[in-house]
Amino acid sequence: MAGVTTADHATKSQLGARIQDAERRRRLRWRLAFVAVWMVILAGLVAFVLGTIKLDTVFLTKSVPFILAGVPITIFVSFASITLAIVLAMLGALGRLSRNPIANGIASFYVSFFRGTPLLLQILFLYLALPQAGIVIDALPTGILALGFNYGAYMTEIFRAGIQAVPPGQTEAAHSLGMGGRTTFRRIVLPQAFRIVTPAIGNDFIAMLKDSSLVSTIGVQEILYRAQVIGRPTFQSMQTLIVAAMVYWIMTILFSILQSRLERRMAVGDRARPS
Amino acid sequence: MTTIAPGRPAHVIDPAEVPGSLVPTGAKPIVRASSIEKFFGDNHVLRGCSMTVYPRETITILGRSGSGKSTFLRCLNYLEAPSAGAVDIDGVEVDAAPMRRRARAERERIRRLRLSATMVFQEFNLFPHLSVIGNLIEAPVHVKGMSKAAASELGERYLAKVGLSDKRDEYPNRLSGGQRQRVAIARALTMEPKVLLFDEPTSALDPSLVGEVLKVMEELAHEGRTMIVVTHEMQFAREAADRVYYIDQGQFVEIGPPEQVIEHPRDERTRSFLSRFLGSAHVHQGAGGAPVVHMPERMVESHHHEDPGEEHPHAEDAHVTHADGHHGHAHDAEGDHPHP
Repeated sequence: MAGVTTADHATKSQLGARIQDAERRRRLRWRLAFVAVWMVILAGLVAFVLGTIKLDTVFLTKSVPFILAGVPITIFVSFASITLAIVLAMLGALGRLSRNPIANGIASFYVSFFRGTPLLLQILFLYLALPQAGIVIDALPTGILALGFNYGAYMTEIFRAGIQAVPPGQTEAAHSLGMGGRTTFRRIVLPQAFRIVTPAIGNDFIAMLKDSSLVSTIGVQEILYRAQVIGRPTFQSMQTLIVAAMVYWIMTILFSILQSRLERRMAVGDRARPS
Repeated sequence: MTTIAPGRPAHVIDPAEVPGSLVPTGAKPIVRASSIEKFFGDNHVLRGCSMTVYPRETITILGRSGSGKSTFLRCLNYLEAPSAGAVDIDGVEVDAAPMRRRARAERERIRRLRLSATMVFQEFNLFPHLSVIGNLIEAPVHVKGMSKAAASELGERYLAKVGLSDKRDEYPNRLSGGQRQRVAIARALTMEPKVLLFDEPTSALDPSLVGEVLKVMEELAHEGRTMIVVTHEMQFAREAADRVYYIDQGQFVEIGPPEQVIEHPRDERTRSFLSRFLGSAHVHQGAGGAPVVHMPERMVESHHHEDPGEEHPHAEDAHVTHADGHHGHAHDAEGDHPHP
C-alpha cells in the first residue's frame, strides 16, 4: 500500500505540460481553419469578378484615385455628423430625463420623429423639400444636418440609458457631500455615463461611415458618389463599386482597431494605477 | 399629548434623550428630528420618530431589518424625503413637504442641511472614476471652493487617520471592501460635518474586514465626533454608543444607554430581538406594549442592578405613550427635566 511514488509525481507534472501542449495545438488548428475560410470566400469572389469582367488596368488607375479622393469627404461628413449627433443626444437625453414636461415633450417628439422616418427621406426632405419653403442649404451642410439629427435621435436613447446606468448610490453620495444637482451631474454622473456610452458612440461612428454614403444622393462628392459618377458612363460600375466597397471595408476595420485601443485606454483609469 | 399639527410639529425632547456623560450640562441639541413619518406608497414605514442628539454623542439605532432604521437615517439628511415632520441639524431646519415641488431656496437649504450631516453608506458609493485622493478632494473643491492643494492636504490628513495613506493614488476598484469603507469615512470627514451618519457601514463587508472599519468608527466616537449609526454590530453599540434607540415597525420603542437597552431591555420586542445576540432572553415583564424609556443613571436616585424588575422607578413613569400610533411626548412624572 505505497502512496504516490516520485515516479508518479514526475508523470503527473509532465501531464500538465502535455495537456497545455495539446490545447495550444487545438487553438492553432482552429485559427488556421478560420483564416482558410476567409481566404476561400475571398478567392471565390475574386474568381467570380475576374470571370465576369475584363480587368481594365488603365481604367482602374484612373478611377481608384478619383474614388479615394472621396475618403476625406466621407470622414469629414462622418465626424461632423457624429459631433452634431453627440451634442443633440446630450440635450435629448437631458430632456428625456427631465421632470419638466416641456423639455421632456420636445425631446421625446424629436426622438420619435427622427427614429420613425427613413434617414434617406430626411436627407431628401432637407435638400429637396425645404427650398419650397424658401430655405436653401448647400448639399454638404444638408447631409451633415440630416445625418446628425437622425443619429442624435438614436443616441439620445443610448445617452439616456448611460446616465440611468450610473448607480443611484453615486448621486446619493454626491448629495450627501453637499453637491447640488448640477455639480453632481457634471462631476459625478456625466463622467461615468460617458464611459458607459463610449463603445456605443464608437459603434455609431463606424455605422455613420457607411450611412454617410446616403448623402451621395444629393450630390455630396464622397466615396460612393464618386464611384457611381466614374463607373456609370462607361458601364463599369462593378469595378468602381467594388473599389468603393473595399475602401469602406478597410476604413471600418481601421476605425474598429482604433476604437478598441481607445476603449482599452479609457478603462485604465478604472482598474489600474495611472501611469 | 402631541398630535401632528399641520405645519411644523413641536419638537419634544424625551426625558430619555438627555445627553450622555461626554456632553456638558446645558448643551444644545445638534440634531432634532421631530415626528418623522414616512410612507412608501401606502406602506407606513416611519410612524412618528423623534430624536434629539447632542454634540459629541454617538447614537446607535438598532432594529430588525425592515423596521425603518435606515429610512429614518436617510430622512435625517433628506436623501429620503419625510412624509411629515421636520429635521433640524445645527440650526438648519427643513420641514417635510411631500405634496409639492420645492422652490430653489428650499432645495438650497436641504443642501446646507446635508453639509452638516454626511452619510457613510453600506455600499461605500465611492466614485469609481476618481482616485482615492480624487474622491476625498472632490467635494471640498467643488462644494466648498477650496484650492486643490489645500483640499489635498486635508484629504491626506484624513486618509492617514483611517490608515490608508499608501492608497492615495489608487482607484477604488483596487481596494478591499474594508479599505473602501475607510476611504468613504475619510471622504465624509473631509467635509468636516457636524454629524456623521452611518447606514449599516459593515453589512456589505466580508466578516474578516469588519474589524478595521469598526476600529476607525470607535476612534471617531471616542474623540467626540457626533455620530448616528445604524448597525447590527452589537459590540459597537455596547462599547461606543452613548445612547441606543431601538426601533420596531417604524417607532422607537426603547431608548437609553446601551447597558440598559442592550443588557436590560424592558420592551418585549427589544428583548426578543436582542435574545438572538445575547444568547439568553431577559425574562422580565416590562411596560407591556408601551415604549420604554430608560432614565440616565445620574437622574435615577436608587439604582439596583441586582433587581431588574425594580431597577428604574422613574423610567416606569416616564414611558412614552404612543396611543394612536403617532408621536407622543413623555410624561415626566418627577418633572426633573435636565434641560428645561
